[in-house]
Amino acid sequence: MPAQLLSSLAKLLPESALLTSEEALRPYECDGLSVYRGLPFAVALPETMEQAQSIIQLCKQLNTPVIARGAGTGLAGGAMPTKDAVVLSLAKFNQIIEVDVDNRTATVQPGVRNLAISEAVVEHGLYYAPDPSSQIACTIGGNVAENSGGVHCLKYGLTVHNVLGLKFLTMDGELIELGGKALDNAGYDVLALLHGSEGLLGVIVEVTVKLLPKPEMAQVCMAMFDDIEKAGQAVCDVIAAGIVPAGLEMMDSLAIQAAEAYAQVGYPTDVAAIVLCEVDGTAHGVNDYIEKVEAVLTGAGAVETRISQNEEQRLQFWAGRKAAFPAVGRLAPDYYCMDGTIPKARLAEVLKQIAAWSDAFGLPVANVFHAGDGNMHPLILYDANKAGELEKTEAFGKKILELCVQVGGTITGEHGVGVEKLDAMCVQFGKTELEQFFAIKDAFDDKRLLNPGKAVPTLHRCAELGRMHVHNGELPHPELDRF
Amino acid sequence: MADISEKLQQQVMQAYENDTPLNIIGGNSKAWYGREPQGEPLYVSGHSGIVNDMPSELVITVRAGTKLSEIAGALDKHGQRLPFDPPYFGEDATIGGTVACNFSGPRRPYAGSCRDFMLGCTMLNGKGEKLRFGGEVMKNVAGFDVSRLMAGSMGTLGVLLDVSLKILPHRLAEQTVVIDAGFKQAIKLMNHWAGTPLPVTAMCADGNLVYFRICGTPSAVERSMRDIGGSIYEDGKAFWKDLREHQLDFFQSDAPLYRLSVPPAAAFEPLAGTTEHDWFVGWGGAQRWLKSDVDFAVVQSYAQKLGGHAKLLRGGDREAEVFPPLAPALMALHKQLKHSFDPKGLLNPGRMYKDL
Repeated sequence: MPAQLLSSLAKLLPESALLTSEEALRPYECDGLSVYRGLPFAVALPETMEQAQSIIQLCKQLNTPVIARGAGTGLAGGAMPTKDAVVLSLAKFNQIIEVDVDNRTATVQPGVRNLAISEAVVEHGLYYAPDPSSQIACTIGGNVAENSGGVHCLKYGLTVHNVLGLKFLTMDGELIELGGKALDNAGYDVLALLHGSEGLLGVIVEVTVKLLPKPEMAQVCMAMFDDIEKAGQAVCDVIAAGIVPAGLEMMDSLAIQAAEAYAQVGYPTDVAAIVLCEVDGTAHGVNDYIEKVEAVLTGAGAVETRISQNEEQRLQFWAGRKAAFPAVGRLAPDYYCMDGTIPKARLAEVLKQIAAWSDAFGLPVANVFHAGDGNMHPLILYDANKAGELEKTEAFGKKILELCVQVGGTITGEHGVGVEKLDAMCVQFGKTELEQFFAIKDAFDDKRLLNPGKAVPTLHRCAELGRMHVHNGELPHPELDRF
Repeated sequence: MADISEKLQQQVMQAYENDTPLNIIGGNSKAWYGREPQGEPLYVSGHSGIVNDMPSELVITVRAGTKLSEIAGALDKHGQRLPFDPPYFGEDATIGGTVACNFSGPRRPYAGSCRDFMLGCTMLNGKGEKLRFGGEVMKNVAGFDVSRLMAGSMGTLGVLLDVSLKILPHRLAEQTVVIDAGFKQAIKLMNHWAGTPLPVTAMCADGNLVYFRICGTPSAVERSMRDIGGSIYEDGKAFWKDLREHQLDFFQSDAPLYRLSVPPAAAFEPLAGTTEHDWFVGWGGAQRWLKSDVDFAVVQSYAQKLGGHAKLLRGGDREAEVFPPLAPALMALHKQLKHSFDPKGLLNPGRMYKDL
């Protein structure tokens, strides 16, 4: 089969668009989560829709898995290859097809970078709202596959809220068009279903995004707290006061110290937490709300507040937060980024438990937090070169995710399941939900060739792990042997 | 205020065993929508009550049979609301029916649709299995997004038991202004202002006037009114409610009512055989109603030329298809999806499309 696959692929693509040597395949062995790696059978880089369709059809015929790939910036191993698979890179689908200023939409190929869309429309006073932190590199196709978020999603939504139309290829190579420039589409909301489906249902080949008018103004209030519980409560207070911030972020002391050492933006390093709250809109609205934000944060016990007085200062306030990941990266040889989401009211309790486990495991944790929408990113610091430390880190991470589910949250807010959180999926979902997921998968891809082994764990895997979600008071896998 | 999920589950399991088609009924306020209902009634409005109201999380979880009026009342106590401004079409309207229809009101282009605010749901599939998807948090990418898929699926994929929705605070001030404009000019004006950061939360046009609703802090509203110009429309609140509920004079007609979803800036050229009086334009240009006896296929092809699609909203022939036709490959996918949730095809059969 491999020889037949190779010769058939070679007929479909120019030589430069087919990678097969180990050297050429190496850059594709992982995505942004580099602890999980594997070389694919081949990497195909089609330039045309017809090429992409024929590759998929060939792979179906030869029962070969297909793993679609954008920029490879994902953080959950969703694009990690397997040795029997063809990686279908959409890197050459990198054109902005149309900007429609009147309807405020942009139609782009999947390999267009997130930030490139906003850059292309800035002259019209428009932008594309979702802003994952990898936005200078990540592609819109990957954003759809992961339903990416960013710091502004509390107000402006996730990718799914900002996409109006999609074209995708099924595993039969059939091109299906969903929606367009109207606000809704006909039939089932397959467009929503494809968002966050991690390449298991189809290959995105064109995306029409909604563009928003740029806010006239934005201002940030930075508040310092000597107690993390007070900071957590402050976040809830801002929301309860009827304010919808454009961004509402929080960092703990270790993250603050790292960010300040790295970016030198003037964060006080002796506080327990910093809350950053941004409001945007018209100048009048922003003025009204920023005062209210400051009053609420002060009322919640902030020891100090600062309001950005100009755009330069606003960016400076954000610079530390935005540099948090690389900054924390300097504290230890490796870090492991978690992505659970919890109800905001449970924040203090969850952070305390994480701190207790941090002591018990002997692994420091820095916390950065999309506080407004409850999405936590605890960064566990470790050294992969020390025997057993990665395993210990993974065990710690799993405990955190289980806790997120226990307090009413989820194992992944925006990074996706990929290969990384398959076990945690067994905690979040029971047998019937997992079976329904596979039934949906089969409706799109009956041979289960699109990115197999990602996003949804098999029932066997969950049973063997013994990580069983107790559903309606029953054990979920009575038909399976237990080991 | 009761949890009757076990009873409902038994009923669906029984129906599965006996191959009995089911017609899911909430408040029965939207029985006129979609194709003609068929099957044994499955009454779900008894499954009602607010399960979890979390104002500081901006999340509410309610049983599907809960009335919209009860939800609105509870949210209002915390100065909050359902952001998608759902039409009721009857005082017994439930949240389950609203989600199943994916109905959203005049605020939809600026805030988002019902589906946009779906965070999670518990449902019964066609086999009577109880399933939970999503959750009570705003960001959640674990598993396929079945909750959003349920919105607008007309009860053909499952029986909703409870839904978790994102909620938002009320705005502080609100004002409606109107400007004299025919449809063509109105569409230009609405798209112009939609492209600015002004806090406009509803726009529509009736062929004589274009209506703008502005919501925000008092100073932001005042400044936006100055920018937009026109004159204050005193009874704005009642107007937008009447539009949402199809109580305006325009909607009082026996002719079939079509609803077109098109790109908001699509130029207005009345379809042959219709006059401007037969039209009303909402959602800043993106939703257009036509009351007319013109054939559905003609309206459909007109909407498609504008880059959108049309459905027969009220009246007309409900034995025929009433929703936009789907391309063959997409329809095949719909059938497979339907089969994955409801293998015997018993849930609201034919309510959405003849073959679903």
